[in-house]
Amino acid sequence: MQYFYILEFLYRKERMTSKDEISELKDEILELKTLLKQKEKRLKELINSSENCPYSTQLSCQEISRYSRHMLIPQIGMKGQIAMKQSSVLIIGLGGLGCPAALYLAAAGIGTITFVDYDEVEITNFNRQILHAEDNINVSKVESACDMLQANSNTLQNLFDKNKYDVVLDGSDNVATRYLLNDMCVLNQVPLVSGSALQMEGQLTVYNFEDGPCYRCLFPIPPPPDTVTNCGDGGVLGAVTGVIGALQALETIKILTKADNVMSGRLLIFDASSTTFLNVKLRKKQETCDVCGLKPKITQLIDYEQFCGSKAHDKVIDINILTEVENICVKELATLEKESVIIDVRPKIEYEICKLPNTINIPYTYFKDNKNSEDITKTLLSFRSKTSRVFFICRRGNDSQRTEASMLILSLLILHFPFTEKKTPEIEQDRDCL
Amino acid sequence: MAKLPITLQFNGGAELLFDNKKLHNVELISEHREWTIGKLLIWIKENLLKERPELFLQDESVRPGILVLVNDVDWELMDTVNYKIQPSDRIVFISTLHGG
Ligand SMILES: [Zn+2]
Repeated sequence: MQYFYILEFLYRKERMTSKDEISELKDEILELKTLLKQKEKRLKELINSSENCPYSTQLSCQEISRYSRHMLIPQIGMKGQIAMKQSSVLIIGLGGLGCPAALYLAAAGIGTITFVDYDEVEITNFNRQILHAEDNINVSKVESACDMLQANSNTLQNLFDKNKYDVVLDGSDNVATRYLLNDMCVLNQVPLVSGSALQMEGQLTVYNFEDGPCYRCLFPIPPPPDTVTNCGDGGVLGAVTGVIGALQALETIKILTKADNVMSGRLLIFDASSTTFLNVKLRKKQETCDVCGLKPKITQLIDYEQFCGSKAHDKVIDINILTEVENICVKELATLEKESVIIDVRPKIEYEICKLPNTINIPYTYFKDNKNSEDITKTLLSFRSKTSRVFFICRRGNDSQRTEASMLILSLLILHFPFTEKKTPEIEQDRDCL
Repeated sequence: MAKLPITLQFNGGAELLFDNKKLHNVELISEHREWTIGKLLIWIKENLLKERPELFLQDESVRPGILVLVNDVDWELMDTVNYKIQPSDRIVFISTLHGG
């Protein structure tokens, strides 16, 4: 039998190009998965219908075994477990925070979990977004998480009209969504368990719970967009989002089981580089708050992208400050004479990951604000004997444009140097990036 | 001249404006009768800030998105810029994170 498969495999391999084989395998796996899902669903139905617990009308025998290690905790008990079963939690963002939080909440037996995410699974997610399987690349994150957890899914529109949530968990990746969720939770009187993370740090708090503050009480004005770093630029450690996401699940469980000492009116600051937690006391609900105060200005949802001056996602927006003549694509660059000077303006850490041969790394931050113009002028002048063309290259084509824009000013400076020839270097750059 | 030793801490990315150093033990010289956080902010701008003060300060306070904590308490509960700094105070400036 096995021999037959090997023969068939060899035969197929010969017959097909690998591209055909990939798409055929994909189709086949999809078909098998659908069939598997149907069978699992039916099995669950059969198992669930056959069991009744003589001691509880609310929990089945299987549930009691399954959640026994939680129910043995005095603060939870039978009462707490039933409360969790009857509750409904909304999770926004199935990224580094939402994934572990959803995993623990589903495992804890929360009755209904609703997921919202605008994004699809991509390979850069796997270091921290532990719910998504590798064969779900390009599948929506909501679908991918449901695959794993079998929870229900939905879209944000009218969610609050149709459903009553006991807790909302914010694992989103941008400022606009954070203000939107805050206002939505205040207007609907739902506690908001907020987590965030970047690089080696994480933060956790609960907004709009009892007399604690809301997000706007703390931050009435959104931060200037250029002070916000996202995970796509700064990076984030998976174990850090894991810690914060698990803590968000914990706070959600505490709220649902009516435990004391919920993280409301307090902020937890986790610094993974020193493994320290700072637990600080925050102001109370502010009477002057625009949404939860005594005279709220915000009584319905507003345009949050406009309010924050930034988009409700963490993708990078391409800039376009140079004309076409000043741009060059990377393929074109390869055909040009070898003497060209190519300056890579990415941060050192990115340059070390990969680089083109014969490039020089001068990070964009060094060019910024013309603070090192004298130094840079000297460096550029040292290339003069070699070439008159300087190219700038970066990761996304944004920083290299900014660099060049500041270099155009700098080239005038070069003209004023007494010892230079009266020839300005022709400055070009690469637009299509690494 | 009397000295006022305090600890300054920068977190959540705010440390990037201070040589990537999170902890700064500093000694303020109390030539003024007393130091308020308002005065401290000006001192930080003149003595510690390496570049781009607008990423840290705005209108004689910290910029939106930075939370100030005095000995682990929100400065809003401590009269914000008017708080009178005591010896050994720990003042934390934390930039809020938004990623997930
Ligand atoms: Zn508020």
